[in-house]
Amino acid sequence: MTSCESDERHAVEMTVDGRRIRRYVSPRLLLLDFLRTECGATGVHAGCEHGVCGACTVKVDGRVTRSCLMFAIQADGGAVETVASLGTRDALSPLQEAFRARHALQCGFCTPGILVSAQAFLDSEEHPDERSVREMLSGHLCRCTGYAPIVAAVLDAAAQRER
Amino acid sequence: MKPAPFAYHRPESRDEALDLLAEHADGAKVLAGGQSLVAAMNMRLARPARVVDINRIGEDTFAQDGDAFAVSALVRQSDLERSPAVRDAVPLLHEALPFVGHAQTRSRATLCGSLAHADPSAELPVVATALGARMECGSRRGTRTVAADEFFVSSFTTALEPDELLARALFPLRAARTGYAFAEFAERHGDYAIASAAAVLRLREDGAVDELRLVLGGVSDRPFVVDAHACAGRPLGEEAIETLAERAGRDIDPHSDLRGSAAYRRQLASVLSRRVLAAASLDARKEG
Amino acid sequence: MIPAPARPAAPPRPSLIGQAIARKEDPALLTGHGRFIDDVSPFANTHHAAVLRSPYPHARIVSIDASAAFAIEGVVAVITGRDVERLTKPFSVGVETKIPFYCCAIDKVHYVGEPVAVVVARDRYIAEDALEAIDVEYDDLPPVVRIEDALRPGSAPLHEAVGSNVVHRRSFAYGDVEGAFAAADEIVEIEVAFPKYGSTPIETYGVIANYDSGAGTYVVHANFHGPFVLHAVMAGALRVAGNHLRIHVPPDIGGSFGIKAHVYPYIVLLAVAARVAGVPVRWIEDRLEHLQASSSSTDRLTWAKAAVKRDGTILALALDQVDNVGAYVRAPEPACLYRMHGTVTGAYKIPAVKIDNRLVTTNKLPTGLNRGYGGQEQYFTLERLVARVAKRLNLPVLDVVRRNLLRVEDFPYHAAPGSVYDAGDYGRALDAALRLADYDALVARRDAQRARGKHAGIGIGCIVEPSGSNMGYVSIALPRETRDAGLPKSGCTEAATVAIDPLGAVTVRLGTTPQGQGHQTVAAQIVAQELGVAFDAIEVIAEMDTQTSPWSIASGSYSSRFAPVASAAIQQAARKVAAKLRAIAAHELEIAREDVVLADGKASALGDPSRSVPIKRLAGLAHWHPTALPPGIDPGVYETAFFSLPILEAPDENDKVNSSAVYGFIADICYVEIDADTGRVHVESYVTVHDCGTMLNPLLVDGQIHGGFAHGIGGALFEEMAYGDDGTVLAGTLADYLIPTATEMPPLTIGHENVPSPFTPLGAKGVGEGNAMSVPVVIANAVADALGVDDVTLPLTPARVWAILRTNAEARA
Repeated sequence: MTSCESDERHAVEMTVDGRRIRRYVSPRLLLLDFLRTECGATGVHAGCEHGVCGACTVKVDGRVTRSCLMFAIQADGGAVETVASLGTRDALSPLQEAFRARHALQCGFCTPGILVSAQAFLDSEEHPDERSVREMLSGHLCRCTGYAPIVAAVLDAAAQRER
Repeated sequence: MKPAPFAYHRPESRDEALDLLAEHADGAKVLAGGQSLVAAMNMRLARPARVVDINRIGEDTFAQDGDAFAVSALVRQSDLERSPAVRDAVPLLHEALPFVGHAQTRSRATLCGSLAHADPSAELPVVATALGARMECGSRRGTRTVAADEFFVSSFTTALEPDELLARALFPLRAARTGYAFAEFAERHGDYAIASAAAVLRLREDGAVDELRLVLGGVSDRPFVVDAHACAGRPLGEEAIETLAERAGRDIDPHSDLRGSAAYRRQLASVLSRRVLAAASLDARKEG
Repeated sequence: MIPAPARPAAPPRPSLIGQAIARKEDPALLTGHGRFIDDVSPFANTHHAAVLRSPYPHARIVSIDASAAFAIEGVVAVITGRDVERLTKPFSVGVETKIPFYCCAIDKVHYVGEPVAVVVARDRYIAEDALEAIDVEYDDLPPVVRIEDALRPGSAPLHEAVGSNVVHRRSFAYGDVEGAFAAADEIVEIEVAFPKYGSTPIETYGVIANYDSGAGTYVVHANFHGPFVLHAVMAGALRVAGNHLRIHVPPDIGGSFGIKAHVYPYIVLLAVAARVAGVPVRWIEDRLEHLQASSSSTDRLTWAKAAVKRDGTILALALDQVDNVGAYVRAPEPACLYRMHGTVTGAYKIPAVKIDNRLVTTNKLPTGLNRGYGGQEQYFTLERLVARVAKRLNLPVLDVVRRNLLRVEDFPYHAAPGSVYDAGDYGRALDAALRLADYDALVARRDAQRARGKHAGIGIGCIVEPSGSNMGYVSIALPRETRDAGLPKSGCTEAATVAIDPLGAVTVRLGTTPQGQGHQTVAAQIVAQELGVAFDAIEVIAEMDTQTSPWSIASGSYSSRFAPVASAAIQQAARKVAAKLRAIAAHELEIAREDVVLADGKASALGDPSRSVPIKRLAGLAHWHPTALPPGIDPGVYETAFFSLPILEAPDENDKVNSSAVYGFIADICYVEIDADTGRVHVESYVTVHDCGTMLNPLLVDGQIHGGFAHGIGGALFEEMAYGDDGTVLAGTLADYLIPTATEMPPLTIGHENVPSPFTPLGAKGVGEGNAMSVPVVIANAVADALGVDDVTLPLTPARVWAILRTNAEARA
C-alpha cells in the first residue's frame, strides 16, 4: 500500500512519451500540471479543468485520459503518451498530415487532445464512419473549425490506412 | 481550479481498501475512475481529507456469476461497452452505456463509481433500478446486498455506509420474452440527460404483461419508478402505453432549471416513456 | 491614396495568392510545440496568482482581512482595491460617463466574479488555498439584472455618480425619415430581445507580469490581440508613458474571437500585483473565472419600425436600441452599438434611417468584442423585420428581399448612415444560394411535411459583412462638439516589416497577433509572390512586442481586418524590399530597374534569364558592401510599411460614418424541422454563399466560414450567459454553458460568388465573422416560419421551442 499525507511529497516514476521521469509530488498535483510543469509537455493543454473540453487528453497505460481528472501520483509506474508520441515536425503521422491537408486546426489549442483521442479511436475502430467519428469527437470542444474539417481529416486517415 | 490538500492512500487489494475505509470512515472518499470526483475536487466542491485510490486493487472482472451478471468495482465503462458478453447478458446496459459521458470519460469511469456517485441525472442508476440490480456493499463488517430501489436514497446519496465499498453490481440476466429499452433527451450528445427513461417488460406466454418496470431519470432526486401495476395481466397495447406515459409525466414532481421547466420535464418524461415502452414491447415480442 | 499596382515587370506566372496552401503554422501545433502564453517562461522566480472574486452581483465591501492568507507558507502578497487605487487610475473610455472602472473592485462589487483581491504565491495550488483564507465582509445591495429593470425610472443606479442606469443616449436621423413614414402604405413594428453570449476560446486568458524597478517599466506577456489602441488605455491606467508598458504577445493564441481583447484589465491588475509583490507573476485564468468574468457580447432590446410600400419596398427604418454593457462601460464599448452604425440598413437600399441608442448598466459581466461584434444583434433585428414585412404584406420573403437588395449598379453604395460599400453582386450570390439549396424543392419539402402535420420552416438571410474597422467609428458615440474638441480619429492602419538577412533569409514581422487564422501562411504567400522567393523559406514572426514590433493603434486581430488591411501592409513592405532588390540588381546587371524580374530566388533581366543575380547576393551586398550600392540606396534590407484606407474618414458633421473598410456579402438559406414532442430544432440543411472579394487562400477562407458557422449555431441554439433574477451566474461551467460539439453541427454547404474589392490592393474582404452574424437570425427565421409565430427568442433551446409549441396548442384549444 502507498500512503502520502497531504503535506508530504511522494516519489513517482513514469515514462512520458518514452522518457523516464522521476519526481516527488504532493498528492493533489494534477497529472495535467505535472506533465506541463515537471515534464515540459507543452502539448497538454488546460482548457477547463473539469473534464469537459478535452484539451488535456493523453493516454495513460493505453487508456485515453483527461489529465485534469487524474492525479500525478496515480500514474506512478505507468506510461503516459501525449501528442508528442504521434509524430514530429519532420515526420508527421498520417493523422497529423490529414489534419494539415484538411485545415482541421486553426488556433491549435484543442488539437493535441483531439489527435490523441482520434488516434486511439483509429487504433480501435476497424471501419469508422462519419457518425462514429463525430461521436468520438463529441468529447472535445473546438471553437475554431466547426468540426467539419476534423471529421474529414479523421476519415481521410482511416481511408488511407485501408489503402 | 486546483483541489484542496488531501492525504492519499493507494491500497493494493480489496481488503486493504476496506481497512482504510474502516479506519477513516468519516473523512475518506473512494477514488475509482474519478471522472466526477476529481472535477468536483478541482472546483473545491468536494474536499475529502483522504482519498482512497482503489485503482490498483484488481477487482476489474465482469462475468456471469450464478443468476446474475456481476460487475466488479473497477470495471471501466468503456470495457463494458465493447463487451459482447454484456450485450448478450445485460442488453439494457449495453444500450445505455454510449449515452454515459463521452468515450474519453468512459475509458476511465467505472460503472460502480457512477452508481455510488448517484447523480440524479445519470443514466446508470436508472438502468440499475429498471433491471432491479443488486449492489454488493463490502466492508470489514462483512458484505451485504442492497436492492437498487433501496440503494439510491437521494441526490448524490446512497445506502453505502462510510466504511463500505460498492464491491460489485449484480445485474439480472437477460430473460426470455423480456424487452429492454433506454432513451434519453439531452441538448447535446453526451450531456447529463434532462430526462431519461428505461423500460423492462416481461411478457407471459400469452403476450400479456407479466412484469413491467418503467424508471425515469433526471426528474427526481433519484431514479423514479413509475407505478405500472395496472398494466399487469393485459397486453401492452398503444392505449396502455399512452396511459402509462401520461401517468409518468403526472406522477413526478420535477424541478425547473436552465435546461427546462418542470412542465418541460413532465413532457419529456411522457415522451421518453412512450418511446421506451414501445421499444421494449417490440423487443419482448421479438424475443418471444 | 491607394497606390497603383506596380507595373508588371515580368510575364505572368501562377500567383501564390489565391492558392489553397496548407499552413506554415501547423507542424508546430500538430506536434504539441505551439507556444501559447502558458508555455513561455520569460522571467526567473515567477510566482503564481489567483484572483478572489465577488460572490455577489451587487454589494459594498465593508472590510477585507487577509491576515490568515499571509500566514500560509508560500504566500508572497495579497493585493486589494486599495493597492489598485494607489497605483492606477480608472480606464478611459470612448463615451462621457462618470463611471470609474478599475481593474479591481475598490469599495463596491458590481457583478458576480468581479476581482476583489489577488493572491501571489509560490504556486497556483497555494494561491487558491490562500483565497479561501481571505475574509471579506460584504454589505449586500439589490441587483439590477434585466434591461427592462435598468430602464425603469426608479431603478437604483449601479454607479451613484451617474444617477441612472441609462448611461448613454444618442439619436441620429439620416434622410427624410418623417416623410417616408408619412408616405408608407404600412408600418411594420417588431420588438426583439437578443441574448448575452460569448465565444469561450479553449485557451483562457493568461498574463505574466513583471515590474522592472530598475527601468520603472511594466513588462507583461499576455495573450492580448489588440486593438492596440488599448495599449494607451492600459498605460494610462498604470500612470506610465507608453514606453514604460512593454507588452509581449506570444506567437500562439488559443482562439479568441474577440474575447481576449478584454484580458487588458487583467494585464493592469497583474502588473500592479507584480509591482506590489516584488516578483514576476503568472496568472492563467481558469474556466470558472472565464465564464463569470471574462467578456461577452451585449444583450440588447430593440424596437424597430419599417415604413413599407405594398410591393415590399422599405422606405425607412427606425431603430430604438438598448444595449446592456453589464457593470461598467469597458473600452472599446460602446463599440458594440456603433460598429454596425453605418451599416444598419444591411444589404438593402433603405434611404432613410432613424436610430435611437441607449446603453444601460446592470449587475452582469462587462461586455466587449465577440465574433460578429454587434452584427448578430443588428441583423437579428433587420432580418426578423424583413421576414415580418413579408408576412404582413402577404408576400414571399424572397420578393421582399429582392425588392430591396442592392443592385450591381448601386456600387459603390453610400448607405444612409455613412458606410460606403465597395463592391458586390448580391443578386448573383442570392441566386447561387437558392440554387445550392435547391430552393423550390425545399419549399415543396416543407409544404409536404406541413401537410403531414410536421413543423418545418425555411429561413433566409442576406447580410453585409463589414471588415476592417474604422478607428473613428466609436467617436460617433460622442456629440459632434465633443468630438470636434478632441483628436479626430480615422483609418484602420496596420504595419508589417519584411527583412532579408545577410545570407538571404527572409523574415516577415506582423502586428496582427493572430489566434489561428493563418496569418503567417498568407503573409508568406504574399511575400513569396512579391519577392520571387520560396514560400517555405520565409519565416513569419507573429510574436508581438510593443517596443520593437511595427504596430498602430488599430493593430491586432479583430474585425476580420487581416485580409483587407494587414495583407496590404505586408504587400507594401514586400514591395519596398522588392524595389530595393531591383535597384541593386539593375546596378549589378546594368539594366533598367523596371527590367528586373524577381523569381525563383533570383533577379534576372527581362527577356534574358541568363543574365541574373541571386537574391542572396543582392541582400549580401546590402549588408556587407554598402559602398557598392547604387546612389540613393541605403544599406541593409529591412522595410516597414504602414497602410490604411483613405476611404475611412472620421465621422462627418452630419454624424455619418463609414464604419468599416470593406463590405462582404452573405446569402444564407436554411431548412429546419422541429420535433413536436421535445421541441428540438433539427437544422436539416444550411447553405451559405459568400462574397469575400479575392480569396487569398481558399482553404483558410472555408475554415473561417466553418468556424463562424459553428459560433452562429451556438448563438442560435445553445449558448447564453444566463443570469438568475438575483444576479447569480447560471451557466458557470462548461457543463452548463453549452458549446456545440461535433454531434450537434448541421451539414453546411458553402458557395462563393466573389467580387474583388476595388478599395483594397489585393481585392480581399474579411470573412471571419459573417456567419456568426447571420446564422442566429436565419435559424430564428426558419423556426418562426416552422412554428407560425412572430416572436422567437434565442437561444432556441428545446425547452424554449416546446414552450412555444405548447402555447400555440393552448391557443388553438
